[in-house]
Amino acid sequence: MNRFSAFIIKEFRHILRDRRTLLILFGMPMAQVLLFGFVLTNEIKNAAIAIVDPSKDAQSTALIQKLASSGYFRIEKNLEAASQLDPAFKEGKIKLAVVFPPDFARQLDHDGSAPIQLLGDASDPNTATTLINYASNIIQDFSTQRKAEAVLPYQIEVQTHMLYNPELKAVYSFVPGVMTLILMLISAMMTSITIAKEKELGTMEVLLASPLKPIQIILGKTTPYLVLSFINAIIVVLIGVFVFGMPIRGSILLLGLESALYMFVALSLGILISTRAATQQAALFMSALGLLMPTMLLSGFIFPRESMPYVLQALGNIIPATWFNQIIKGVMIKGAGIEVLWFQTCVLGVMAIVFVVLSMRNFKDRL
Amino acid sequence: MQAIVVEQITKSYGPKGAVKALDGISFSVDKGELFGIIGPDGAGKTSLLRILATLILPDAGEAYLQDLHVVRDYKRLRSLLGYMPGRFSLYQDLSVQENLSFFAAVFGTRIEDNYELIKDIYVQLEPFKNRRAGALSGGMKQKLALCCALIHKPEVLLLDEPGTGVDPVSRKEFWDMLQRLKSWGITILVSTPNMDEAELCDRVALLHNGRILAMDTPAGIRDSYDRPLFAVRSADMYRLIQDLRHWPGAYSCYAFGEYAHLALHQSLQGFDKQADTVMAELQQYLESHHHTGIEVLRAAPGVEDCFIASTKDR
Repeated sequence: MNRFSAFIIKEFRHILRDRRTLLILFGMPMAQVLLFGFVLTNEIKNAAIAIVDPSKDAQSTALIQKLASSGYFRIEKNLEAASQLDPAFKEGKIKLAVVFPPDFARQLDHDGSAPIQLLGDASDPNTATTLINYASNIIQDFSTQRKAEAVLPYQIEVQTHMLYNPELKAVYSFVPGVMTLILMLISAMMTSITIAKEKELGTMEVLLASPLKPIQIILGKTTPYLVLSFINAIIVVLIGVFVFGMPIRGSILLLGLESALYMFVALSLGILISTRAATQQAALFMSALGLLMPTMLLSGFIFPRESMPYVLQALGNIIPATWFNQIIKGVMIKGAGIEVLWFQTCVLGVMAIVFVVLSMRNFKDRL
Repeated sequence: MQAIVVEQITKSYGPKGAVKALDGISFSVDKGELFGIIGPDGAGKTSLLRILATLILPDAGEAYLQDLHVVRDYKRLRSLLGYMPGRFSLYQDLSVQENLSFFAAVFGTRIEDNYELIKDIYVQLEPFKNRRAGALSGGMKQKLALCCALIHKPEVLLLDEPGTGVDPVSRKEFWDMLQRLKSWGITILVSTPNMDEAELCDRVALLHNGRILAMDTPAGIRDSYDRPLFAVRSADMYRLIQDLRHWPGAYSCYAFGEYAHLALHQSLQGFDKQADTVMAELQQYLESHHHTGIEVLRAAPGVEDCFIASTKDR
């Protein structure tokens, strides 16, 4: 049995005998995908709304009817005046209010336009934005229909198509996001912890005093995690496809190769961290703070990068997950090929080279 | 041929080398010799062994193992070196057998190849070969660690405090094994804070605050002790030591097992003739201080007495 395979067998034994490691390796990814997929959705149905309609004419009644029948809204309150809205919002009974002017139909008929006020409860900004959008679309639709009846000389019709994800399923962005997160977590965090563990328990001292070369120690430590990460990636994709109906529109081979590249970047980051961390706790802390948080918050997985301050956007550019997020969304949802994603791929490639060189230079073959 | 040569090794730690762990150490060990580095905690033993094991770099000085320089030739040196750190450093979640075959593979050998060498030790471990290393007793752990350090038949074996945390019986067995290893021509350098283990080495160096106080065979060290030494006992040991220290003839006094060891100022030369008189004076002095159950004996100095004397002389 040669040195390298002995090392890998030893490493697999460590992993398989530690229940907690196993749980983190396989339990967490599945739990995360399912949680993100089922719990965290941006779709809102049956939101409670209030209507303030002093005009009570045919037009306003028709529009209210249309709002109520959309399925997005449930009319909780019919109020007499706008002044009654404030207590209703404060009690949290309604999320949105639609306020008509006193002479809605007359204004429409005479002036051809009439204002409608939409009030959203922006203490939860995401919900407010979504509801306002839903309501605006319905009102827009209503006004288009009215114009068609009036047979105006010309009109502009807006047709909206949500490309690649017509139903606006949140899961389409969560499955790729969770995959970037999980691969980073397992590849980088677990590798840095497992190398730090050897240092902490003193076994590194014996390994260093042996004829093992640093590269053998590093590869021996990382190879098992590369294999396990890949299995995890497959599990996450399978859950995405079969549980949530995610498509894989692009090439599966490309998806696999890009994932492998990303895992390589993550692993080399893990090694880099382990050259600095002397204990498992330090390694855990460094990877959680330096990798996990930025990956979650800055990569565009949860919050859109476009709305971040410039500094945070720039910071996001140096996070591997940002680029992999674009790649995986491109391949899975848009069916993009390497001819589109070459730039992101090159960025990841350069990161891989930089991190490997840095970690090899930092790995000490003495104590 | 000399298996280990150490010349003026210096090592400091901390900002600007504030803590001097080793202060110009020099010694050499013959091939096949069992050499002991004896010293209390913090004397610099682990630093010395780590430098020899190519794990840390000395600030100054040279060291050679089997004519290979510990800094320049460290890669070649690592394959002919057996090193057992002071802390148990095997994989606790792997079984005895798995640990052994892993280290065999790391050194590019197999358990069978050098089985003769570890046979005596391994037969004791064999009943537990499927037990995880973390579940072994302290003594068994040390034996397994020794097996792993020996599995590639090293030319030089470096053992850092192998007796620490091990019961006396296991410790004795461990030392018996080291004696047997010498017959294979393996040079052994062992560090220990236990002065009684010094007696089991061929030669010892007494290390204190990074300096070598004395270096000789255990007998030679003992013979170099040049003061009369008494073992004294009474009903109140604590007060006894205080009183003995105030006795005009006393050079030093310290607890030593059930007795207090008392060294005198005067030289050993020609002391035998006055010994009885001195003992009578001592008896009288203690009685005048109301001690009961007094016992005064001439004592033969051990390595510990020599160590204490030479640290006091400095």
